[in-house]
Amino acid sequence: MDANEVRERMKIPRQAMGEQPPLERVRNFFEVPLGYTEADAVKEAQRCIQCKKPLCVGGCPVNIDIPWFIRLIAEGKFVEAARKLKETNTLPAVCGRVCPQEDQCERVCIIGKKGEPVAIGRLERFAADYEREHDAAMLPDIPSWTGRKVAVVGAGPAGLTVASDLVRKGHKVTVFEALHTPGGVLMYGIPEFRLPKKIVQSEVEFLKRMGVEIVLNAVVGKLETIDELLSNGYDAVFIGSGAGLPNFMNIPGENLAGVYSANEYLTRVNLMKAYQFPEYDTPVIRGRKIVVIGAGNTAMDAARTALRLCPDEVSIVYRR
Amino acid sequence: MYEITEKVELSHTVYYFKVRAPLIAKKRKAGQFVVLRLNEAGERIPLTIVDSDEKQGTIGLIVQEVGKTTAMLGRMGVGDNILDVVGPLGRPTHIENYGIAVCVGGGIGVAPVLPIAVAMKQAGNKVISIMGARNKGLLILEKEMRQTSDELHITTDDGSCGHHGFVTQVLSRLIDEGVKIGCVVGIGPVPMMKAVANVTRPHNILTYVSLNPIMVDGTGMCGACRVSVGGKVRFVCVDGPEFNGAEVDFDELILRNRSYLKEEKMAMEEAMYHEGTRCYEGGSKG
Repeated sequence: MDANEVRERMKIPRQAMGEQPPLERVRNFFEVPLGYTEADAVKEAQRCIQCKKPLCVGGCPVNIDIPWFIRLIAEGKFVEAARKLKETNTLPAVCGRVCPQEDQCERVCIIGKKGEPVAIGRLERFAADYEREHDAAMLPDIPSWTGRKVAVVGAGPAGLTVASDLVRKGHKVTVFEALHTPGGVLMYGIPEFRLPKKIVQSEVEFLKRMGVEIVLNAVVGKLETIDELLSNGYDAVFIGSGAGLPNFMNIPGENLAGVYSANEYLTRVNLMKAYQFPEYDTPVIRGRKIVVIGAGNTAMDAARTALRLCPDEVSIVYRR
Repeated sequence: MYEITEKVELSHTVYYFKVRAPLIAKKRKAGQFVVLRLNEAGERIPLTIVDSDEKQGTIGLIVQEVGKTTAMLGRMGVGDNILDVVGPLGRPTHIENYGIAVCVGGGIGVAPVLPIAVAMKQAGNKVISIMGARNKGLLILEKEMRQTSDELHITTDDGSCGHHGFVTQVLSRLIDEGVKIGCVVGIGPVPMMKAVANVTRPHNILTYVSLNPIMVDGTGMCGACRVSVGGKVRFVCVDGPEFNGAEVDFDELILRNRSYLKEEKMAMEEAMYHEGTRCYEGGSKG
């Protein structure tokens, strides 16, 4: 790429992504951002100057070859872009939505030094969605069985990623999930309006097609211990059991009815679909005024969920 | 899918089910429970495992129709499938030879008491059981309790069978008579467990109660089932379900269990309206 072309590319503004208008989305659980059109995606991809030493790749925890997949999008090769992503990232449709790109790949993007960084996350999401919506997902080549079996505890993002990496290396993988649905925090924690559950399940289906076996309603340690798994033919065990029980604050009244941990509140609403009560059996208390303690990602998910359950007022209380 | 292989009506709206779950049947111990979900739109509810048959690969569950899910379960029969059953959850009952173990069961609480009475007997205890119900028709598992107990006392609120009064009155009498009780296990409605703990606390008799809070995941993730025990937050699904009754804040548990009365009633009415075949008595959780 010569200096002129770089200059031209740097003139292209970061492409906005359509989204539901605020007053509309606050009353429904549909996804807020609508995704790029093909034209948006190509234009955004053209903003990438294809650095010889791309900093973005270093900013990505799984070292996706970011310039390469973006170049494929710029060339209109959307399915190829998705395949490139999947070489190193099992869950691009998920990561394109919920990864904190602003703190990772996009933070170090060289274009961001003088303006706004390339919208890497949005492009990742676009390519993954394009592949899924066009039913173009192709199974990678799986080498012949190594003779090794691995048990993965927990079908959340960690377990699913490990399972995918291991089957690609030719191992047999069984994932044991305690809940009735695979996906872990992607299903029970992150709200529908930020990550539609259909997308999570379609990513899980892809893993199953690759040969990953998933056993639901299986609490390792209770149903089978790790020792039993190891003596029943598994050569290794990966534990991706998640964060575990919530911490409470030891303040008076915290066990009163109507006080929830984020885990419980979000599980009721997301996994058990309490926002569709009584069509779904699980209820959630719908107060008129809701206070969220904390201001991290989970608190934002809780506050945005609370707002959609029709209260008059949602407040965030934060120590800083 | 988990198939129902046997169903017995124990009393009006109380049923015993055998459910095929071979791995759980192999692993479960007295005091543990399962969480089940009937269908895609269903809620997750905890139920104590009453017994198991490792050869048949089945577990026994006892269900009283108190809400929508249990009422729907009550309408299911042999050959029907439960969508999800996960377990065995919680810690097993601490069983040892206490000398004399008194097992107290109130209403449907007799169901979880039975496997504990059996285990206490096997551990060499003299087992004295006290089982109570509102009336004679609501007494369940009397034959099984009699088989496993050295002594069985029955109480009914209306006097239609056994002692006219409450289980706690018989328990107090045993204490007054100087019976050297090593341990009491009390399971039933929360007010009953509270009353049992109040009777034994002044005498420093070790008393286990099995708590029945509302749960969601039941595997130690959400914190819905938290209770205060000895002034500390404990989680019934992973730290329990059994706790030292002397230390449990029962009033808090009662309040928490009432969180969704309105919604439970609404779900029940909705379900009955759609079913439209049978008039349901009782309505919401009692």
